[in-house]
Amino acid sequence: MTALLETRQLDAAYGPSRVLHAVDLVVEEGGITALLGANGAGKTTLLRSLCNMMCRRSGEIRFDGKPIDRLQTEEIVRLGIAHVPDGRGTFVDLTVEENLRLGAYTRRDRRAVAEDFERVYGYFPRLKERRRQQAGTLSGGEQQMLAISRALMLRPRLLLLDEPSFGLAPIIVKDIFRILGAINREERVSMLLVEQNAKIALSLADHAYLLETGRIVMGGAASVIADDDAVRRAYLGY
Amino acid sequence: MQALLHQILSGLANGGIYASVALALVMIYQSTHHVNYAQGEMAMFSTYFAWTLIDAGVPYWGAFFLTILFSFGLGVLIERVILRPVANAPVLSVVVVFIGLLVILNSLAGWIYSYMIKSFPSPFPNDAWYGSAYMSPHEVGMIGVTLAVLLLVFLFFRFTPLGLAMRAAAQNPVSSRLVGIRVGWMLAIGWGLAGAVGSVAGMMAAPVLYLDPNMMTGVVLYGFAAALLGGIDNPWGAAFGGFIVGVMENIAGAYVVGTELKLTVALVIIIGVLIVKPSGLFGRVLVQRV
Repeated sequence: MTALLETRQLDAAYGPSRVLHAVDLVVEEGGITALLGANGAGKTTLLRSLCNMMCRRSGEIRFDGKPIDRLQTEEIVRLGIAHVPDGRGTFVDLTVEENLRLGAYTRRDRRAVAEDFERVYGYFPRLKERRRQQAGTLSGGEQQMLAISRALMLRPRLLLLDEPSFGLAPIIVKDIFRILGAINREERVSMLLVEQNAKIALSLADHAYLLETGRIVMGGAASVIADDDAVRRAYLGY
Repeated sequence: MQALLHQILSGLANGGIYASVALALVMIYQSTHHVNYAQGEMAMFSTYFAWTLIDAGVPYWGAFFLTILFSFGLGVLIERVILRPVANAPVLSVVVVFIGLLVILNSLAGWIYSYMIKSFPSPFPNDAWYGSAYMSPHEVGMIGVTLAVLLLVFLFFRFTPLGLAMRAAAQNPVSSRLVGIRVGWMLAIGWGLAGAVGSVAGMMAAPVLYLDPNMMTGVVLYGFAAALLGGIDNPWGAAFGGFIVGVMENIAGAYVVGTELKLTVALVIIIGVLIVKPSGLFGRVLVQRV
């Protein structure tokens, strides 16, 4: 396995307050890497700093071997990194279909885009039923499905997911994680998954990191992390 | 009765100009939440550009379309050079920049072209078949041109990928960046389009108002009134507001306050809307689950 995304000594800050300290992290090509941690540990900030969004950062970020730390958000996206942000970031005034069309905004291959519409509607049939509806009128679960679908419309190589389980009923969470697994297997989309729900994240991921107050304190195979006593007590609750 | 009908119809014709100005104001307001006080002066400046071309012998419609291109470029340039540096400044700083822009464009036009009033040709001949006792051919043409502009703008925003990207960038810049939209350029293009729409208003108004550096001062006030009346965040409401303001202005001028006090109608509308219904007639209600 080769590293698709790699950070070295990554620091990030909002104004004067440092949030991340010297983070070293690797997402392997074709794999799912989970990033676990409590509220305020810096998980969302880590995803944002990868996309050069809303924070200052220093350190090295490489995507597919090339440095991306000096690029603007929109240029990073154009390399094939799709970000499903916290709060989902849907365009609430636009229809479901328009949201998806925006996901494919940078692509010029019209035929393939049309196929991808059918592909994401295949994963999430509910979205097809509601394709003419304003995105703001969807339920939370449907909005999360839309956010993931919109990211897939980019045909990304790497998907950054910020707490896809947040605020959703357990049955919908299960559904969404099953589909994420299928997307990873069938389309070889690599993923970096930020979650507070450590149990479900570790069941999907093959690698995991633990972030505590802005520092990586543990990293390794997901099964090893899941068996660690301290992690079990602090994050899995048994 | 005939006189009333005449007032209404010619009010609609003037309303077309106000509708275009209001549309230009709303286009910039929607993406930046700033009211461009210099919109009228930009349109006036564009009209001088058209006058220069026509004076040099360019046929009217050639000059018309070249002016639209020029105004688009001018709008993009103003956004990139003058407004980009104050993008994150407090709102009052931006207001001062707008007022500065207004004064600069106004004096620049006076310096280059002098403050002497110039006549400006209408592309619609005085004896055209579509003229009548109620409306002159130019008034009919004004309405036609306005409706064509509104239709084009609607088609652009509704059906083109660039139009969709501009709507997205106006609504949610952060998410727009995450799908690869270059948000800065969308704002610049929005300014360009507003400049282009405004220039059409200027060229349509000039044969009636005559061309001088202060030509658009009154028009822009009616444009503000129209945008507020229709809802400053709704382009179609603003355009509709333009036609209403045009008719109200004429009727009030003829039957209520007299032509000397017509401009007060705009101020009364502005204050009235702000007191009674600040979101305007068609101010959008956002449907959102939280």
